[in-house]
Amino acid sequence: MATVHMTVNGKAVTGHIEPNTLLVAFLRENLRLTGTHVGCDTSQCGACVVHVNGQAIKSCTTLAIACDGAHVTTIEGLANGTELHPMQMAFREHHGLQCGYCTPGMIMSAVDMVNRKGHELSEHTIREELEGNICRCTGYHNIVKAVAAGAKAMQGMAKAAE
Amino acid sequence: MSATGIGASVKRKEDFRFITGRGNYTDDVNRYGQTHAYFLRSPHAHATIDGIDYAEALKMPGVVAIFTGKDLADDKIGGLICGWSITSKDGSPMKAGAHPALAQGKVRYVGDHVAVIIADTYAQARTAAEHVNVKYGVLPANADTASAMKSAPLHDVASDNRVYDWHLGDKGATEAAFAKAKHITKLDIVNNRLVPNPMEPRAAVGEYEQGTETFCLHTTSQNPHVARLVLSAFIGIAPEHKLRVIAPDVGGGFGSKIFIYAEETVCVWASKKVGRPVKWTSDRTEAFLSDAHGRDHVTHAELAMDANNKIIGLRVHTTANLGAYLSTFSSAVPTYLYAPLLSGQYNIPAIYAEVDGVYTNTAPVDAYRGAGRPEATFVIERLVEVAARELGVDPAVFRQGNYVTQFPHQTPVIFCYDGGDYNASMLKALEMADYKGISARKAASAAKGKLRGIGFSSYIEACGIAPSAAVGSLGAGVGLWESAEVRVNPVGTVEVLTGSHSHGQGHETTFAQLVSGRLGIPIENVSIVHGDTDKVQMGMGTYGSRSGAVGMSAISKALDKIEAKAKKVAGYVLEAAEGDIEFKDGKFTVKGTDKSVDFGSVALQAYVAHKFSGQDLEPGLKEGAFYDPTNFTFPAGVHICEVEIDPDTGVTKIERWTAVDDFGVIINPMIVEGQVHGGIAQGIGQALLEGAIYDKDGQLLTASFMDYAMPRADDLPSYNVGMTETRCPSNPLGIKGCGEAGCIAAPPAVINAITDALGHENIAMPATPQAVWRAAQQTMKKLAAE
Repeated sequence: MATVHMTVNGKAVTGHIEPNTLLVAFLRENLRLTGTHVGCDTSQCGACVVHVNGQAIKSCTTLAIACDGAHVTTIEGLANGTELHPMQMAFREHHGLQCGYCTPGMIMSAVDMVNRKGHELSEHTIREELEGNICRCTGYHNIVKAVAAGAKAMQGMAKAAE
Repeated sequence: MSATGIGASVKRKEDFRFITGRGNYTDDVNRYGQTHAYFLRSPHAHATIDGIDYAEALKMPGVVAIFTGKDLADDKIGGLICGWSITSKDGSPMKAGAHPALAQGKVRYVGDHVAVIIADTYAQARTAAEHVNVKYGVLPANADTASAMKSAPLHDVASDNRVYDWHLGDKGATEAAFAKAKHITKLDIVNNRLVPNPMEPRAAVGEYEQGTETFCLHTTSQNPHVARLVLSAFIGIAPEHKLRVIAPDVGGGFGSKIFIYAEETVCVWASKKVGRPVKWTSDRTEAFLSDAHGRDHVTHAELAMDANNKIIGLRVHTTANLGAYLSTFSSAVPTYLYAPLLSGQYNIPAIYAEVDGVYTNTAPVDAYRGAGRPEATFVIERLVEVAARELGVDPAVFRQGNYVTQFPHQTPVIFCYDGGDYNASMLKALEMADYKGISARKAASAAKGKLRGIGFSSYIEACGIAPSAAVGSLGAGVGLWESAEVRVNPVGTVEVLTGSHSHGQGHETTFAQLVSGRLGIPIENVSIVHGDTDKVQMGMGTYGSRSGAVGMSAISKALDKIEAKAKKVAGYVLEAAEGDIEFKDGKFTVKGTDKSVDFGSVALQAYVAHKFSGQDLEPGLKEGAFYDPTNFTFPAGVHICEVEIDPDTGVTKIERWTAVDDFGVIINPMIVEGQVHGGIAQGIGQALLEGAIYDKDGQLLTASFMDYAMPRADDLPSYNVGMTETRCPSNPLGIKGCGEAGCIAAPPAVINAITDALGHENIAMPATPQAVWRAAQQTMKKLAAE
């Protein structure tokens, strides 16, 4: 067994885990944060995307102990209390989800995309950047619209924070 | 139209939990003391099991129990069933081989279930599985559809691997039509095998409560009541009143979660054996190996035209791969969900179709989004496109000249189309797609060294998968109606219990819109309850685009009863005759007066019952209904795909997608368009990317997302979606259904566009860059010679 410490959604957590425990298993099973999903075993689908130290990673291929000391944000920690994150709002507003299974990973990837690429995202950029997230329901049409709108709304959020 | 009633693009009620990570999917369910199951699967496509030695595995850390097919047989647990009986030409019943949940003596495909290892943790179960020693006697295997009947038999009951030899239509009339034809178009078609791949893998948690002798199964199902019925009445887990099935949030289904599978059967059965809950969650490779696959047809089809370019006959022979065992509804898919759709939108006086259903050493094949209808649409829409090209007629004009225009229209293959306006959709689609400008766009592409093409798909589908009498006469073992119960609470809020199941379709919103609009109450005051057999008494579930047309019609019927009773209550409250009460916008009014009372007050009066105690009126406000429609519904439309091919790389880029669909009355346009988008994406996936490939030994080569090309955002275009509307005359709401249309329409539109660009027909699905590159070389050679 190994001991791991990290800050998850702003809260300090400690776990005693097998060293081969994946981050997604630690989040889902130890912390009961079941919003992060597993859709494949090969790091292709992106349902498991979370942020580690501000960057999107696939938690299904990351060892929990490799995140010792890290700040982890999951879909459950994205909203500011009861106030939804603009990207969450945009997915609802633009009907960017159907069954909801890929949605947490999509939203976490989208927020990371904005952090890296800025607030004015072309359709081409969004589609290329979503290469690591698979959705079987929406045909991506409304996800692309949601990400573009969410990116713009995040600019408003950033300005308001200034 | 009210802001939240029928026709409004209401934002979805279910979204909050999904966008905040608070959905409740089966793998999120954990029960106290639960164990974990790992299924040991066959590595061979076809083999006898000559012995299973698990003594060593049983001693491994954490292992609780190991079971094989013998244990199921000893407990008299029945096999998995196929619920739709098909009769061969000679009147003999289909040859259904036994389908035990854990193999008994023989395995028939890679991934077949050999044993289950149950341990404290999943890792322990999986590790112990490596110490189970199975002695196999490997047999010759075949995964190929076309050669199945010449291969080693899988089941004793079918020595030639033929499940049935079925036909539909009038052979004599069709032969006569072909004899007098002016032109005959012939095509050989392979409809590629697909893996449904909902993003949520299948999962099950079985538990047994000793005190009440009751089982509970959480499972990823599109139809929990059908699962309970099959697990009770056929498999024999427990009688229905002792078995609760819950399908909580389900992450997509596309057909693959209709069926009753081995894993959930074993988990719920084993929970009593081990005295602890048993949980199983599929990994993605297991999903590829053991979820029911879709399509996999080999077809020869011919279309006969007269001198006026009128279609006079169609004959089709299809060999349909049903896999190693008959899955729950598999037998119906390439028969009654396929051949009756071959008439398409066209007036074809004579049709004859023959279908051989065959066993192969592959995963079972069953309904996948569209189920039979995409296969039929591909046949007829490829045929009419090629026929138009051969005859030198514009493909749109050729179609328009053959459309059914009078309704009702009885086809020669069962269906009676109840209504529609096919040319209205075509005209709108031509306009939206700027069909007039295609020549200029083709020339512009050619100037860049690219090949541009345009392809049509004028599809029709049959949805609702009802009425019961009709499906019963075609061999269905169940009735296909739907149930609903509307419970009005004393404060005027409403719960609707439905037998439909939402796994992405947004029923919690659309069903609530119907109630909000009818009762004039805020949509927030309506809850939709589904997916739990202890809450909803009975239902048939969601597939075949049936939840609007059938499920909502049941709710509508229950609402009629609610309104009728509430009027009686209002009569007592307002001291007026029941016949003088009018109900509008949530208010009961005495005709011709200003005396009124709102819905919430009537609900309260219904429960306090002070005003009508002792009268001939029961307290309470709760009504149920079962709805069985009068016909299938027939959504139809026109999709136009425009592609540009780079002959140097073989990459096909979809430049424009135009969809015009007639779904009848639409409850929520936003949600309907979303369904269309998703369907098109899956159809484009079939046409350009997806294909399940088994090698000659029956090993699945495409068993992960690294090998099986799922459509990704950068593979797909945005879609231009439009609607036409003719009301469906066969249900009270006028709904036709929209869930499968895109997936049915898209594949022929893509291939018709690619073949238009190529100038020849030699390309099969999936038209991958490699395949298109090869095909384009033929084109470039011809262009160079010209």
